[in-house]
Amino acid sequence: MTILSVEALDARHGLLQAVRGVSLALAEGETLALVGANGAGKTTLLRCIAGAHRATAGRVTFAGDDVTALPAHRRVQRGIALVPEGRRLFAGMTVADNLRAAAGRGRAGNWTLERVMATFPQLAPKLHARAGDLSGGQQQAVAIGRALMTNPRLLLLDEVSLGLSPVAVDAVYESLRALLGGGATVVLVEQDLARALRVADRVVCLLEGRVVYTGAARDTTREQVMAAYFGLREGRA
Amino acid sequence: MIFLNQIVQGVLLGGYYALIACSLSFLFGVMRIVNLAHGSLAVLAAFMLFVLADRAGLSPWLGLIFAVPAMALVGWLLQVAVLERSLRSGLLVPLLSTFGLAIVLDNLLFEQFGADTRSLSPYIGDLSFDSWSLTDDITVGRLDVLMLCVAVALLGGLNLFLARTRLGRAIRATAEDPEVVGLIGINAHRVYAVATAVAMALAAVAGAFLAMRTTFDPYSGGAQLIFAFETVVIGGFGSLWGTLAGGVVLGVAQNLGAFISPHLFLIAGHVVFLAALVARVWLSGRNLRWLRVRAA
Repeated sequence: MTILSVEALDARHGLLQAVRGVSLALAEGETLALVGANGAGKTTLLRCIAGAHRATAGRVTFAGDDVTALPAHRRVQRGIALVPEGRRLFAGMTVADNLRAAAGRGRAGNWTLERVMATFPQLAPKLHARAGDLSGGQQQAVAIGRALMTNPRLLLLDEVSLGLSPVAVDAVYESLRALLGGGATVVLVEQDLARALRVADRVVCLLEGRVVYTGAARDTTREQVMAAYFGLREGRA
Repeated sequence: MIFLNQIVQGVLLGGYYALIACSLSFLFGVMRIVNLAHGSLAVLAAFMLFVLADRAGLSPWLGLIFAVPAMALVGWLLQVAVLERSLRSGLLVPLLSTFGLAIVLDNLLFEQFGADTRSLSPYIGDLSFDSWSLTDDITVGRLDVLMLCVAVALLGGLNLFLARTRLGRAIRATAEDPEVVGLIGINAHRVYAVATAVAMALAAVAGAFLAMRTTFDPYSGGAQLIFAFETVVIGGFGSLWGTLAGGVVLGVAQNLGAFISPHLFLIAGHVVFLAALVARVWLSGRNLRWLRVRAA
């Protein structure tokens, strides 16, 4: 069953058109990886799906309803959660308050502070520390935990490995594995192509705001994505 | 002993300053909105209470039951009609729009009530002049003590509200990042409106005590704003208990200044304020340098 569909979406930053006529559909339980060079429109596309950026044209349909006109907080209530690029925690608040701030605002569900702690055990000793004082990996775990507290049906992860050490990235993905394997619907932006191909069911490559490649992750080779990534002809699917 | 008395009276005066700065500290420190109409809005509440007392014979305490919700409503409208639009254009625009609002309010009040000075002290009975003698030399006014207690209660209550309640957490989160709260299901517009309503309810209490303690007229707002601002800056941006400390420091400084020479009452307060400001800027400059080193 299709949970998310994006149709002919356009989005701009002032004069710059960041997303050009993007269409994609996502089935419930599917993990989609968005890849592409810097400035390809990945972040803008995720922000349009989450409602943090207003699309100039096109449609976003979620669970059968047109949500294009809804502001972000109303989309959260329907089950869309975005973990923003750069984590964007409430730095002056404690980890517990960061998580509690999101509690009870999204859908009803079974994500609690305890369950987030069980998913990200590295956070347990830091519960009462200021979020701004945590390491990058811990902050990323809080950002994902905060999104999970809204009990999303669709989780959008924007560059969870940005600025983290390889060890911290492994720890975050280790924690995410249960989530990804457990039937969650996820769209993730990931710069590490090998990792993206490993965790995703499907890969979509963006180039200058357009979809230039889409394919099942297991049938996709690194070379195919690389060609699409750099805009070489033979990469087009 | 006279010296000690000056300090005691300074602390009590500080309670009053903390009380009138409460709303400003919340809006300025927590929500990062500089409300230059704060003094005028407090005076507006004072006139509301005066009209209720003068025309309807309602004691100012009972009057607060009406004035607090009325001012909260004013706060809601203020946010929706003025602040929200001006916040969109950066931090400086609310400064201008609230400055303009202060001028409009002052002059509307002047047109309605004229230049007469008024006071709520005739309506609160003995409280306006009664006192307790602590020693032969030190006497404290009951109203002053009450104001200090109310200031502590309001600041403590606000702190608890921000730390423990769901709405308080939403307010802190929105102050830190109004865009990201949308991504966790919080309607930032509504949070801003609620916070401004809370701030105006506090301004109503400030106006009540301003009017009970002394006289006021339509242009009293400006002077109140200066003391409230100095209190917030001395106490530290965003710290509610700091506001209480700031009020006490300002009150004691003014009283000690007056003890040396009566002319020094205001100057001593301003000097402490400037010293605190310079110290803060200097310290934050050092912190920024330290941060740059760490980031590199």
